[in-house]
Amino acid sequence: MSAPNTTPNTTPATTTPARPRPPGFGLAGWAVLLPAAIYFLLPLIMTVTFSLWEGHGQYGFAAYRALLGRPELPTSLLLSLELAVATAAALLFLLLPAMIFMNLYAPRLRPAFEFIATLPFVVPAIALVAGLSALFTGPDWLIGSPFYLVIPYFFLALPYAYRALDVGLMALDLATLTEAAQSLGAGMGQVIRLVVLPNLRAALVGSLLLTLAVVIGEFTFANVLLFRTFAVFINQVGQHEATEAAALSVVSFLITWGAMLGVLLVGRGSAPVAGAR
Amino acid sequence: MAQVDIRQVHKSYAGREVLARLDLAMNDGELVCLLGPSGCGKTTLLRIIAGFVTPDSGQILVGGQDVSALSPSARKMGMVFQAYSLFPNMTALDNVRFGPRVAGTPRAEQTRRAEHLLDMVGLASHAQKFPHQLSGGQQQRVALARALAVQPRVLLLDEPLSALDAKVRVQLRDEIRRIQRDTGVTTVLVTHDQEEALSISDRVAVMNQGRLLQVASPATIYREPADAFVASFIGAASVFAGRAAGAAIQVGALTLPARAAATFTPGQPVDLFIRPEHVRLAALTDDIPPGAIAAIIQETTFFGSLTRLHLTLPDGGKLWADLPSEQAETFRTGSHVAARWDATAPRVMAK
Repeated sequence: MSAPNTTPNTTPATTTPARPRPPGFGLAGWAVLLPAAIYFLLPLIMTVTFSLWEGHGQYGFAAYRALLGRPELPTSLLLSLELAVATAAALLFLLLPAMIFMNLYAPRLRPAFEFIATLPFVVPAIALVAGLSALFTGPDWLIGSPFYLVIPYFFLALPYAYRALDVGLMALDLATLTEAAQSLGAGMGQVIRLVVLPNLRAALVGSLLLTLAVVIGEFTFANVLLFRTFAVFINQVGQHEATEAAALSVVSFLITWGAMLGVLLVGRGSAPVAGAR
Repeated sequence: MAQVDIRQVHKSYAGREVLARLDLAMNDGELVCLLGPSGCGKTTLLRIIAGFVTPDSGQILVGGQDVSALSPSARKMGMVFQAYSLFPNMTALDNVRFGPRVAGTPRAEQTRRAEHLLDMVGLASHAQKFPHQLSGGQQQRVALARALAVQPRVLLLDEPLSALDAKVRVQLRDEIRRIQRDTGVTTVLVTHDQEEALSISDRVAVMNQGRLLQVASPATIYREPADAFVASFIGAASVFAGRAAGAAIQVGALTLPARAAATFTPGQPVDLFIRPEHVRLAALTDDIPPGAIAAIIQETTFFGSLTRLHLTLPDGGKLWADLPSEQAETFRTGSHVAARWDATAPRVMAK
């Protein structure tokens, strides 16, 4: 972790001496930061350490080797990734157009959108599962396929995807840009393809990566509905091989962390409104 | 480039009348300003012409063709917005090229036209910059070039200068006028800034509460306002309510000379409007000269070449006088003066 940037290095050297220096990070700052750092980092360090433990004071990569040797690892990870992509696609084709049209033509519906987008936070996952299995009884090809999970995952990822897209849409003067494009002769399809989507790139990537993180980590639905996703696999391994489960946690943490880093980098690199390009 | 004919356009929102059966005809190549206070319906009218708002009734004809049923994208009208409306993901050149591009114009022709227009608005060297790298004035220039790139039949400008600072605003105003003359495109400009409207337009259409009050040349609007609203909205004027009394109006004990009052029945309630530049002042000696009014200088406002003196009349009435600043400096605040004006100068209107 880098030193806190409290004295901006862009300050010109010729600041008047009378002007007080910006307050330093100080004791109070460290008093907050250190416990927070310990709270977040200690479990990680312990998990990594435990995943490397081979018993009798020996450390090595045995757990990782055993893990990579399991045939369920690639299949469960692949299934989770497929589900994530499918969920992201569903969000892209259902949520995004709905949000664009709400912003353009029915801004009064915003409170309703906000409410719906927050609902999945309010209803516990287990209640959703119960409701889902009661409601969605259907043909085998639907409820027998793991892609049945895309339906609940859509709602689980909805709050995150909605937030990310909403931030992107709010930063654009969508109404004016659309009218400008229309007055120049563009149809609605061209407006969305040439103007709206390119300016939403960062928000889109952000919402897709958040969806990825949510879907890969989801356990309750998959477990209750008996599908062997990545999270279910982690749980299973943990019941038999403690160190292997720790290793798997580290791996899944790295995947999630990588996704988040992706969000940050893309968000920074392609913000043509504010950033350098 | 075409004539624009607005016929009986009516619009109301939730029972409130925004435009009241409005008629306005614009000549080919003319620049007409829609001028009025906020909420007068001028922006609604512009958006109806553009096709973004559907009128309850009435027609918009462009070059004799009824475009009322056409979508905004089919109307071939270039529009510049009040808010910065450049596409943030495109360079200045790509912004200007957008119209020809969606129309399927060959790429070489798109670029040629866009470069020509950027040159016309003085931004040829900024073609590869993104909107966030341009100043507000430059962004509006690009927006103007972008609107002209579709070779519009009508150019619509929705308060394009209101977000800019004073100096840039005047510069760009003059430039819009020059470009409009060069291209000869029929232009509608919406503004609430009377100075902008008077300086740039062929004709000014003054609006209030959904109605067109007067459509005339800037000079006519200023010198011969059609009614009390136009007289007080355009330029400065001191207003007196009184009764017609021959070639003057009677306000309490004061007699204010105004030849125009002679056309009214004596005793009829009228308003008198006098422009500050028509008022002349002299230091008050013992007697008030005939035809002059005694007044006290309350305060002064310095405008540079001109200074406005705020006068109080014996009955408490207020009168403005604009004098060249050197002349105004010979009068002290609090001093007594004799105010007079040419009796043909004031406008008199029935109440």
